[in-house]
Order: sequence, then C-alpha cells, then structure tokens
Amino acid sequence: MNAIDLSNFAEVVCATLGRWLSADPDDVTLGLRTIAVGSVCNVSCAVLGCYLVLRRMSMLGDAISHAILPGLVIGFLLTGSISIVPMFVGALVFGMLTAFLTQTLKTYGRVSEDAGMGVVFTSLFALGVVLISGIGRMHLDQDCVFEGMIDFVAIDLAEHQYWGLSVPRALGTLLPVLVMTVAFIVLFWKELKVASFDPMLAMSMGINATLIHYLLMGMVAGTTVAAFEVVGSILVVAMLIVPGATAHLLTDRLGWMILWSAVVGILAAILGYIGAVYWNTSVAGMMAVAVGGQFLVVVIVAPRHGLLSKLVGNLELSLRIVAEDIIAELYRLEERQAGSGAADRATWADCRRFADGSLLARPAALLLRLRGQLAFVSGGRVELTDAGRRMGNSLVRSHRLWETFLDRHFELAADHLHEPASRIEHFIGPALQEKLARELDGSAIDPHGRSIPPLERDETK
Amino acid sequence: MSYTTTVILAGTSLLGACAGLVGCFAVLRRRALVGDALAHAALPGVCIAFMVLGYRSLPAMLFGAFVTGVLGIVCISTLRQMTRIKEDAAIGIVLSVFFGAGVALLRVIMNSVSAGSKAGLDTYIFGKTTSIVLSDVYLIGGAAAGCLAIIVLLYKEFKVVVFDSEFAGVQGWPAFLLDLLLMVMIAFAVVIGLPAVGVVMMAALLIIPAASARFWTEKLSVMLAMSALIGAAMGAVGTTFSSRFVGLPAGPAIVLCGSVVFLISVMAAPRRGLLSRLWSERQFRRRMARQRTLNVIYNVWERSHPEVLSFAMDDVLRRKSWTFDEFHSALVALSREGCVTFQPEGRFAMSEHGLQCAANAARGFRMWELFLTENAEASSGIADFDYRSLEERLPREMIAELEEKLKDAGRFPTMMPRDGVRHERN
Repeated sequence: MNAIDLSNFAEVVCATLGRWLSADPDDVTLGLRTIAVGSVCNVSCAVLGCYLVLRRMSMLGDAISHAILPGLVIGFLLTGSISIVPMFVGALVFGMLTAFLTQTLKTYGRVSEDAGMGVVFTSLFALGVVLISGIGRMHLDQDCVFEGMIDFVAIDLAEHQYWGLSVPRALGTLLPVLVMTVAFIVLFWKELKVASFDPMLAMSMGINATLIHYLLMGMVAGTTVAAFEVVGSILVVAMLIVPGATAHLLTDRLGWMILWSAVVGILAAILGYIGAVYWNTSVAGMMAVAVGGQFLVVVIVAPRHGLLSKLVGNLELSLRIVAEDIIAELYRLEERQAGSGAADRATWADCRRFADGSLLARPAALLLRLRGQLAFVSGGRVELTDAGRRMGNSLVRSHRLWETFLDRHFELAADHLHEPASRIEHFIGPALQEKLARELDGSAIDPHGRSIPPLERDETK
Repeated sequence: MSYTTTVILAGTSLLGACAGLVGCFAVLRRRALVGDALAHAALPGVCIAFMVLGYRSLPAMLFGAFVTGVLGIVCISTLRQMTRIKEDAAIGIVLSVFFGAGVALLRVIMNSVSAGSKAGLDTYIFGKTTSIVLSDVYLIGGAAAGCLAIIVLLYKEFKVVVFDSEFAGVQGWPAFLLDLLLMVMIAFAVVIGLPAVGVVMMAALLIIPAASARFWTEKLSVMLAMSALIGAAMGAVGTTFSSRFVGLPAGPAIVLCGSVVFLISVMAAPRRGLLSRLWSERQFRRRMARQRTLNVIYNVWERSHPEVLSFAMDDVLRRKSWTFDEFHSALVALSREGCVTFQPEGRFAMSEHGLQCAANAARGFRMWELFLTENAEASSGIADFDYRSLEERLPREMIAELEEKLKDAGRFPTMMPRDGVRHERN
C-alpha cells in the first residue's frame, strides 16, 4: 500500500465514522488523534504498572510523578530553554532519587516504606514549587500539571507527514517510550518475572534484583516524564496503577496480565475521550474516570477474583449444605421410623426446620426435586427417592464415622462430637469415607450408640 | 507583624499541630499514604457540593469533601479485604480515579458557570494560605481541640488499636470502630487543611511531623506531643519565611521546613538516628575485634605455653582470615588498655593482665559455642555473639553448667600451664 492510499484510507475511515456518528469528519480526525496519543501513553504506563502492582510498589508511581518537578525546573534552569532533553534528564534523575531515598530511608533509617515515600515526594514537590516561584520567569500552568496538554495534542501536529498522515507531535516522544518499554520487558522478561515474584529466588539464581529494581524505576521515571507533559500527572498515576490492578483481577498469568492491562489502557483512552466530548470536560480527567469505571466493573464481574463470582461461589456452597442437611435429616427420620414402626412422612415445614429456617430451604428443596432426590407426595409431604436415600446414607455415614473417629482419637465429651461432625460431613468424599472406615476397623456403632449405616450402593448401575 | 500575617500564622500553626497529632496514628498504622489518597479523594466532593448548591459555601464544600474522602477510605478498605488487590494499589486507584473525577467535574463547572464564582475551587488543589481569615482560625483551632480531646479520652484504646489491633479485639473493644474513628479524625484534619495548603502539602503535614517525632521517642504520648509541636513549628516558621520573602508560597515553605526537621531527625536522633546507629555499630565492631583478637592469642598461647609471653604477629595472623591492618589496629587498641606491648621484628608481648583478658574472652567464646551447639534451635535469633551479653542472656545456672562441661572437656581457659592439669588428672 503506498502513501497516498493510506491517507485516502484514513480520510475514508473518518468520513464513514463521521456519518455513522453523525459528526463532522474533522472532529472525528481530531478525536482519533487524541485517542491515538492517549492509547500510546496509557499502554506504556499500564505495561510497566503491572510490575509495580505485583511488587506492591504502586504508590511509587504517584511519588515519582510528583517528585520529578524540581528535576524539570533544574533542567530548565541549567539550559535556560524549554527543550525536552535537559528537562527529561533532570526529571529522570529526580525520579530515580525518589526511589533511592525511599529505599535508603527504609533500609538505613528504619522508616516504614509508606512514610518514607510520603516525606520524600512531598518534600521534593515542595522544592519544585519553591524553585518555580523563585525563578518567576518560568510559567507553570497549574492545570497543565494535572491535565497535561492532551486537549490540544490533536492540533499540535508534527511538521513532517508520515505516509501522508498528519501525526500529533506528542507521538514523537511517546512512541519511542512505548518501544523502549516493550523492548525492556521483552529483554528482561525472565529477570523481571523472577525478581517481582520472588526476589530471594532471583538472588539465588544470580539475578541482580537490586539492579532490576532500579532499571524498572528508571523506566517508570522515564515513562512518567514523557507522559507527564502530554497527559498530566493524574492520568500517569491512574494508568500506572489501575490497568495493572484490573488485569491482576482477570488473570493469574503475567503475560496475559500485561496484555489485558494494555487493552484496559486503550479502552480507557477511547471511552475517556468520548466521555470528555459528551460532557465537555477534561480529557485526562475523564480517561482516569473511564479506567476507574472499568476497574469497578471488573472488581464486580471478574471470573475468579470478582465479588460476584465469590458471592455465587458462597451461595452455591450454602445451597449445597442446606440441601444436604435436609436429605440427611430425612434419612435419620426414616431410620428412626424404621426402628419404631411409625410411618409419618415429613412435611415441607419439617424440611424448613431441618435447614434451620434458612432462606435457602425452598430453593434447596426445589433443587433436590429437580435432581430427583426428593419427591413431593400428596398432602404437602415429602419423601426421599432412592437416589436421595443413597445420598442421605452417605452423609449420615460420614457424620457418624467422623464422630467415632473424634471420639477415639481426641478426648472430647460426647455432646461435643455432633457439632464438628455436622460441619465436616459435607466435605468427606467417598475416598476419605473409606479410609475412615478402615481406620476404625469396621466399627459399626457410633459414640452415641447408633449404628453406622453400611454404604448403600447404587444397584441400578 | 500585620494583623493578616498574625491570623495566617495562627491558622497554619494550629493546622500543623492538628495534622501532626492525628498524623501520628496514620504513620504508626503504616497508613501514611492514606492521608494522601484522602486529600485527593476530597476534590470531587467539593465540586459536587458546589454543583448542587450553585454557589460557594465553605461548610457545604467541607462536608462534600469529607463525604467523598471517607468514601475513598471505605473503598480502600473494601478492596483490601474483599479482593486480591493489595493496599498500595487500592490507595493508588482511589487516589487517581477520585482525583481524575474531581478534575473532570471542576472543568465542567468552569465551562458552565461564569468565571467569577468558580475562582475558589482551585484553592482546594493548590491551597492558598492567604485565604485564611479569623473564622477559619477558629474552625481549625476547634478541630485541633476536638482531636486532642478525643485522643486524651480514648488514649489507652487508640494505643492498643494502633500497636496491636488483634489484642484490642480480644479485649472486647470495638477495634473496627476505633480504627474508623481514627480515620475520620484524619479525614477531618485533611478537609479543614485543604483550602489552606492544598492536596500534596496536606499529605506532607500529616506525615512529616509524625515520621520525624518517631525518631526521637518510643513512647506514644511523647511522640504525639512532639509531632504536634513539630507541626506547629513547621506552620509558624514556614509562614514567617513566606511573609519575609516575596513570591515564596507558604505551603511549600511549610513543607520544606518540615523536611529540614525530618532530615535532622534522621541524622541526629539519639537512638534511632543514623549517626547514633553508625556510632554504636562501630563500637560493636571494635568490641568484637578486641574479643576475637584476644581469643586467637589465647588459643596460640594455650597450644605452646611459652614461658615468655611474646608472639610473632604472623603466627597469630595465620590462624585467622584477617588482613594485617585489621589485626594491627585491634592490637593497637589493646596496647592502649595495657594488654599488649609492641616489640621489634613484628612481635608483640602480652602482659599478665592481657593474658587474663584473653582467657576471659576465650571462655566467653567457648561457652557460647557450646551453648549454640547444644541449643541449635535458639541460634537463629541470637547467633550474633557479643561476649559482654553472655551474662545478660543466659541464666546463671546455665553458665555454671557450661563451665562444668568445658572443664570436663579440658577446654576451660585458665592461666595454668596445661601440663599441670594433665598431672593433676593422672
């Protein structure tokens, strides 16, 4: 595809999107440029942020993004111009200094990490502000510190056109940073992984964990400085921490975590820009809100570590236990009646009583009926089916085996046996049951004098 | 000093004292950065209060700030307890997302209402000490007095919650509620201080006095008093500086004063300070070098029993992996005590007193060695041998027992020639 084709292609995309969104194609172009800058910035922060989150150093991102201020000012003072290189170097030095001072205070001053970090970055930030007001010549737009210039990147274009496309100037610094970040992670993949999860192992493997630590800090400081100018400190901090944390909830594998965090970062750029246009507000602020929103959603619905899946897991367990309690009690009732010759069937109210009045009694009973373990007969009465009886048999057998086991091996009063047994009966599988039976050498009577029912096997199979 | 300066001075000093007081608990509970998150999380509350009312009202905005600040803290503790998100990430998430929302809301306000009425909101980010008026001083003073009263009333409870919250729970105290009360107090101090010093400087006011005071004392009450004092001094000195030098903003000046105090504390504090720790480490190393040198000399003497107590340095040095300089400086230190006299041709002589010291040192080493071989499980905590502490660390009966064992093995250091011992045995 040659140059002219690509620019035509971009125009066509913008026009189509514009028609689709019923917006001016020029606005769409501006939007796409802003989103591109935001995405590149977010992805480089997010990818590094994964390691910060894993190493429990998230707040170092916040600290560094504040502490680089004096570095920027000193870089400016030494050269007298707002050119990127000296300010970048100055900021990098102060970013590393923050990491170093925090570590030193922790190791040699015995100051806890959070307090040390708090002292260091607020002091450096104050120093920066004082320096700025002392010079007077340097204009620092306060909003710029927090929001950066992302609202204007789309019109601040590079002079050179690439493949016929006008590219925002900000990409000129951000793209190299992204490339360096990715290269850093690929090159030091193994070292970073080991040093993040197990620094001791890293040391014993001959990996210099301290070196890796400071390399990572250097990368964070560099990325922060580059991103700072474009998107401001809020977005840098948000992007260093939130995508990594979101991805950490979604997966347990480092590779996937990094990919997910990049996806979260890009989505945040898109959603944040749309939100900012819709409410006519700060792009950086809305991107931070967007990434926060994604985090909230993931906290709730994440497959394994989300609140919802934990809730469902708990509910499932409670339901199973209530159902098993009902079955076991019905089995015991049948057992007693077989002994006395009475034949009153249990009612629904009894089931409820068996489940200690739990709200889950009805769903549990329905579930049992669905599984064909419980039958509803006329007059609101219930009875066990054969399958239900086998289940009750297994539960009661587990219960009494455990009671016998406790009685034999621990000096417990007879009235202290039932409680633990009724808790553990739900978790004794067939294998453990057999082991217990062997251990008790076929003892047939439990400590309360009741017989331990022999295992009923499913004869239809 | 003008009336305005006096008012501002009073305001910043009281604020410093208040923040220093409650900051102690934040620092001791390792929640120093929660104050930072709280200060950031207050911004959307300020904006929402403004949007709801449509005009500036200090109480309403403080209330809004307080509500979102506490909401932020609740989010942090929920994330920490109910998900796999660790505390540091939770703090960072709340801080950046709430603040981002605040900035977005602020811009919405700026874009929608006339420039005149929005002017006040920026001060919540950067702070403006000059905006302090007399009524603010009363408010800050009231807050400080309130915090002080609560701390005095619940001193014992707070103390236990801060140092051992599980124990507090076992005692039947509502540990969670007490913890919450502490956080609410911190939130209150932050919210009151925000308009005066801004987000970042407020975090500094919470952390720096407490972290500095921690260096000077091990007692909570002393720490609280010192921290409040340091906070007040920071406020007063910083404000004075900023009124003397035109263009020096008060907030950063206050923080930098605190940084100086912190630096002095890190360096010069009597026991936890860097200088004193370096000094005591040096003392320890010297004492160890002395003991080890004496021990080696005794071992050499014990082997040969020379009539003349004169040794070649090389002979002794060969038995240890020391450099000549290390060994020599230890000998110099011993010669000052009168244990050793240097002789020509790389030799030195032990005095009678010196040999006695050497025997004592060897006795310490051997007993400790024996103790550790017999009680290997105890070695992990106390393996670093310091001869002087032998008597302090072990009960007297045990020392006597170890001495018996050494004597039985014929390894008990005495000044008597070994032949004599052998003859007695035979």
